[in-house]
Amino acid sequence: MADAHGAAAPHALPADLQHQFESLDQQQDAASFGMWVFIVTEILFFGGLFLAYTIYRWQFGAGFARGSVEMDIVAGTANTAILIGSSLTMAMAVHSAAKGKRRALLLFLALTIALGGAFLGVKAIEYTDHIRHHLLPGPGFRHAGPDARAVEMYFTLYFTMTGLHALHMIVGIGILSTLFVMAWRGRFTAEYHNPVEISGLYWHFVDIVWIFLFPLLYLIGRHAR
Amino acid sequence: MSREPSAHAPSAGGSHVVPVKVYLGVFLTLLVMTATTTAVSFVDLGPWSTVVALAIAMFKATLVVLFFMHMKYSPRLTRLVLGGGLFWLAILLIGTFSDYVSRAWLPISTR
Repeated sequence: MADAHGAAAPHALPADLQHQFESLDQQQDAASFGMWVFIVTEILFFGGLFLAYTIYRWQFGAGFARGSVEMDIVAGTANTAILIGSSLTMAMAVHSAAKGKRRALLLFLALTIALGGAFLGVKAIEYTDHIRHHLLPGPGFRHAGPDARAVEMYFTLYFTMTGLHALHMIVGIGILSTLFVMAWRGRFTAEYHNPVEISGLYWHFVDIVWIFLFPLLYLIGRHAR
Repeated sequence: MSREPSAHAPSAGGSHVVPVKVYLGVFLTLLVMTATTTAVSFVDLGPWSTVVALAIAMFKATLVVLFFMHMKYSPRLTRLVLGGGLFWLAILLIGTFSDYVSRAWLPISTR
């Protein structure tokens, strides 16, 4: 039996096909399916925060607008472009893995890690700026104007949502670093690269979360005063 | 056992290799859309600014899901998982909003 399956995919190591699967294709579909189930739990995890944001913004629109104008729109737009770029390099990493190109895979994984690091660097600069302007919710929070409490609520959600997103980025960089070591050791082939494929799914999901965070936190309150 | 073991058929989702041209096209579209949504935020559209910003974000997310995340080339089961997840998200959002919106309709609830 096992020999027959091995013959179906001539270049694959027999060890790559777990015994419960009929073929490498079925194994890869199952791995992607499992990752998508995890991503759905993540959609609902972030969904709760987006829900909280929407309700508070609806109740305290003026305060949320005052909070939004404190954002650095240049940093936000640049970070969006950086993250979209990292999604391209991630997609190219998966593409290289599927073509069995080890050097290209290593290059694109390294580029994705670098762009992810650049995003976190910009975010750290923004956080430092907010904290310096006393916009970190808590006893040190100060904001001139009538809606100070609502602005504080905006910043509570801002730090929670972008912080949770940044945490996902840090986890993602850890995963990509592991993939880099595995790829370096020649662990992946054109037939077997499930870990690259499903880690890509995770990375793109984190990109999508930012695609929604960016307009909600940086853009839409700019004229609502 | 229903599937033939030798099936490297194009129907199997994982083995599909998307051309680089497609990825570059998606990447450029995403960049243009990012520039658009930032530019639009400098124009006062009133309540429509939220609608436009979210429509652009949904368009961008759809592109990422379809092409970068290979949903376009994935088996139906995988699409069902995402569809189910979005359906549950809709329950979360619609259920909660219907509560908040309808509270004002009842005069007794306001003190």
